[in-house]
Amino acid sequence: MAPDIWQITRFTIAMAAVSTLLILPAGLLVAWALARGTWLGKSLVETLVALPLVMPPVATGLILLKLFGRFGVLGNFLQETFGIEVVFTWRAVVVASAVMAFPLLVRTARVAFEDVDPRLEQVARTLGAGRWRTFFTITLPLARNGAIAGVLLSFARALGEFGATIMIAGYIPGATATLSLSIYQLVQLGHDDKALRLLIVSVAISFVAVLLSEFFIRRTRR
Amino acid sequence: MILRLEKLVLQFGEFRLELSTTLHGRTTGIFGASGSGKTSLLETIAGLRRPRAGLVDLDGIVLLNTEGKFSLPPERRSIAFVPQDGAIFPHLSVARNLRFGFRPRAEHPPVITFEHVTEVLELTPLLDRAPRTLSGGERQRVALGRALLANPKLLLLDEPLVGLDAPLKSRVLPYLIRVRDEFNVPMIYVTHSPEEVMALCDDVLCLEEGKLARQASPAQLFEPSIEPKYQLKR
Repeated sequence: MAPDIWQITRFTIAMAAVSTLLILPAGLLVAWALARGTWLGKSLVETLVALPLVMPPVATGLILLKLFGRFGVLGNFLQETFGIEVVFTWRAVVVASAVMAFPLLVRTARVAFEDVDPRLEQVARTLGAGRWRTFFTITLPLARNGAIAGVLLSFARALGEFGATIMIAGYIPGATATLSLSIYQLVQLGHDDKALRLLIVSVAISFVAVLLSEFFIRRTRR
Repeated sequence: MILRLEKLVLQFGEFRLELSTTLHGRTTGIFGASGSGKTSLLETIAGLRRPRAGLVDLDGIVLLNTEGKFSLPPERRSIAFVPQDGAIFPHLSVARNLRFGFRPRAEHPPVITFEHVTEVLELTPLLDRAPRTLSGGERQRVALGRALLANPKLLLLDEPLVGLDAPLKSRVLPYLIRVRDEFNVPMIYVTHSPEEVMALCDDVLCLEEGKLARQASPAQLFEPSIEPKYQLKR
């Protein structure tokens, strides 16, 4: 079997991009909510958000498998309501990447929102802007570099996701095979030279994504 | 303008301010030492801080009533707030800052127009400038213009001259007097400068040790010959 390096690369980038876009609105809102004020349940949300960072990825994957499997709460709902199968499809790759990348987006964007002077938001409110207008015209533009850095970091995390993905999506060539899954599979089969080629592509993409995120983080600090 | 503050209690940690009063001056000064609760009081009136208890009513419209668990959000109070540093939005040009809350008034002819405000505050040459290029005095004029253009029922100014050196203060103060005289917007002016109170205000609240110590005209408070019982140390 000769894996199509470009097909795998394109698929991996597409999955990482879709999962990042999927978590973007919720990630920014959670980051904003955590950055501003105190509210009931804040500590619980903080903990839940950070959990995928510290839990073994395969454990997260197992939880997702139980949730999105045919007899899981979400899996059953999606199957019954929309006829959507998640487990062992490309959707499972997106779900696993999204869950694993979410904490990085939230943590980076949260720092960026905390750096915005709350006085500016308060003044905007007294000038007649509601919460949402204030968020979109003052908070988000001022935190944009940190938010972009968060998006890039979560994209890089999604690119390299392995443990949760293998649990919920498995390795199915042409359907769920990402760069990380393919590298693992090729090494298992003893095709180290082919694995090396995918490894170089993987490192190159991650390097660029992290480099760009560092650039935006530096711009935030200026 | 009639602003009623009834049984207002502000408490943050050790600090407690209790206040009941009615303000109806054109420009009311809030005078007191640092930490006397002046800024917190302004923030409460603007809806940016929730007091422990009390009622705030502006021209018969209840803005806050803790008993009824009611608090009108800041954007619906028509009360503009100018903090000490002006809080100019750093990513917007001066013109876009000024237009941020711009609400032309329905009256004819309109008293507050973009052209009139920029002319009175001499902001026209600054319109295309980025906030980071403005001096302290220019920032305060932009903040003042921006607040006026939101057509507020009440303008709250929190020590707008405090960060400026003496020559700059003497250049910005006349702008505040012009705003008072040209636009007929009631103002509450927080300061610890008797000179500013004398120049601008027609009524003064003095806050001391968490209470309203005195409420009188600036002349009664600062002119020793008039009413000795009202005198304050300058």
